[in-house]
Amino acid sequence: MSAGVSVVGSGHLEELDDRSPVGVSKTLTLAKALNLGLHDAMTHDPKVVVMGEDVGTLGGVFRITDGLLTDFGADRVIDTPLAEAGIVGTAVGLAMRGYRPVVEIQFDGFVYPAYDQIVCQVAKMRYRSQGRTPMPMVIRIPYGGGIGAVEHHSESPEAQFAHTPGLKVVTCSDPADGYWMVRQAIECDDPVVFLEPKRQYHSGKAEVALDAAPGPLFASRVVRPVDGAVTATVLAYGPTVRTALRAAEAASAEGHQLEVIDLRTLSPLDLEPVYASVRRSGRAIVVHEAHVNLGIGAEVAARTTEECFYSLEAPVLRVGGFDTPYPASRMEEAFLPDLDRVLDAVDRSLAF
Amino acid sequence: MVTIHPERHPEHHRQDTAPPAEGHADGGPDMVQLLTPDGERRHHPLYDADFSAEQVRALYRDMALTRRLDVEATALQRHGELGLWAQLLGQEAAQIGAAHALRPQDFVFPTYREHAVAWVRGVDPLQILSLWRGVDHGGWDPHEHNFGQYTVVIGAQTLHAVGYAMGAQCDGVVGTGDADVDTAVVAHFGDGASSQGDVSEAFVFAASYNAPVVFFCQNNQWAISEPVIRQTRVPLYQRAAGFGFPGVRVDGNDVLATYAVTQRALQAAREGQGPFLIEAYTYRMGAHTTTDDPTRYRSSAEVEHWRARDPLARVETYLRRTVGADQRFFDDVAAEADELGHELREGCKAMPDPDPLRIFDHVYAEPPAELVAQRDAFADYHASFEDA
Repeated sequence: MSAGVSVVGSGHLEELDDRSPVGVSKTLTLAKALNLGLHDAMTHDPKVVVMGEDVGTLGGVFRITDGLLTDFGADRVIDTPLAEAGIVGTAVGLAMRGYRPVVEIQFDGFVYPAYDQIVCQVAKMRYRSQGRTPMPMVIRIPYGGGIGAVEHHSESPEAQFAHTPGLKVVTCSDPADGYWMVRQAIECDDPVVFLEPKRQYHSGKAEVALDAAPGPLFASRVVRPVDGAVTATVLAYGPTVRTALRAAEAASAEGHQLEVIDLRTLSPLDLEPVYASVRRSGRAIVVHEAHVNLGIGAEVAARTTEECFYSLEAPVLRVGGFDTPYPASRMEEAFLPDLDRVLDAVDRSLAF
Repeated sequence: MVTIHPERHPEHHRQDTAPPAEGHADGGPDMVQLLTPDGERRHHPLYDADFSAEQVRALYRDMALTRRLDVEATALQRHGELGLWAQLLGQEAAQIGAAHALRPQDFVFPTYREHAVAWVRGVDPLQILSLWRGVDHGGWDPHEHNFGQYTVVIGAQTLHAVGYAMGAQCDGVVGTGDADVDTAVVAHFGDGASSQGDVSEAFVFAASYNAPVVFFCQNNQWAISEPVIRQTRVPLYQRAAGFGFPGVRVDGNDVLATYAVTQRALQAAREGQGPFLIEAYTYRMGAHTTTDDPTRYRSSAEVEHWRARDPLARVETYLRRTVGADQRFFDDVAAEADELGHELREGCKAMPDPDPLRIFDHVYAEPPAELVAQRDAFADYHASFEDA
């Protein structure tokens, strides 16, 4: 059947006519959800091409592109030479030719050779050409730590892209968002840096409703609402959403009610739900794996202070990776924000 | 005895870093040349073409007019009407020959100095001047002229060209045998850019996918103050061999040769034979840009050497002596150039400063609410001064 289902993308409505029948859902890991999202996007729009290192025959080192080569052929699933600037730079040319490239950067720490192409070309092409050269491109980056990897495989570079006008930056935290956000990002006419919390790729399944997107792409979401009095608002995204939810459960046992918001979109930020929550709680804690210094948390804290100054009972606190390079993996548990560090921040906020 | 430190003595520094003398003499025996600096027609077994009198006159006319464009723009910068100008003086033959070899469906990715290529592609020169005046980042529609935006980050556009060529392959417009359909792409870059990683990656990708792209390197001998010997130990055209596609050095001051070689390379690319590197051996007679002072790093003797290889003079000689063009033709071109100069001066000075609110235009297809709010707040702030 093909009854119209509206998918709210970046503020506009798009009819997707190839979506699954209403009511159909699948139980998927994040990896499989992303894989299915890419598959369905490629089915929906023949201009969508996937490119990157090992994305074809191997199906990607995390298997996110598994089976796409078989289904769509080598013209649309492109194993590239090992050159990140080359991958993104040629994707720019493909976009100029009318394609919608979905680029895979194999690991977060390998994006920097492409940084110039992303920041100087992808982000600015529309602006430079006065709107004549759109850049509908998705740059997928598995990011974050917790997988016991060697150097350059566990980083969180989101602030470096969120700071760049012309780019949009989003991150998913569960399988349903994985499926729908990647589809919405591909539909978006602006370039989207799409961050995938790699340690959650294969770490559990969830039900993904395939008939309708759970909401627009560029919107944050209250994932643990609190009725009545709120002790504090905890803001997280990507891999730290799970950490925040666990902290909230633990706090609940101690009588503290934490409202948890998944930011989902880092550029633009969608902070209205944050302000609404902070006006109730008076306290906010931002949790991310990235370095605290000049991170997303700093921007969230500044804006929340501007908007909620008279509601705040304590300064907005940040919990994140230390301002060091990502450490060797035997130390990463200490580096990454965990349940205890979130609860410690709650205590410090309450002590103000 | 007094020790002389090269860094402190420009004369010595110049001698130390100047390229080998033979590099300046003639480009070596492999260089394709169809018209000598004296205007003598030569023939080449591989890269040659038949040129009608009309065609040669058209090539000359475009070189003369774009030279005037360059001269006028340089003067406009001196008068404060442009913020900056990157001069093409001396590179007219390389650009006009390469551009005349294009078909309408081909796509060009320029650096920031391809003013003559833009001219041939039908871009209004005022839309080039608007960039250098600081009104915008280039006023033309890349898709109307199949001529991309100027790219200031050195070499970045070579990858875009390869990607665009890969897209043409996917679209099935390569190797069909239909001259109106088969498409190739030209990536312009310079000797300085040849050191950029992006350019090497572009060579790798183009070779890997057999992309229909012609890499057109204008080796003008200088990357601001650095001679080409600082970028490469081997002639640049020879690099193509290492990547697995043909490379040819052409006399970049010989418009017949640049046309013939580019035409051949484009045709091979359109037919599906893959990438091709052309090194147009030329010379930047002017400064890198109007902020540059080339007397600090190169000798007047070297400039004089190249002045004797002027790209226009040899065509004028050839036209007068062999092809047949009377004084009236040259008078007409000169009059046309005068008219162009007048239009450029008046058009440039008449360009209004853009409304500051244009800062916010075209950042996104769908601007975020925060950016819209920022724009609106600035509009109110800006208007508050007008009210006062």
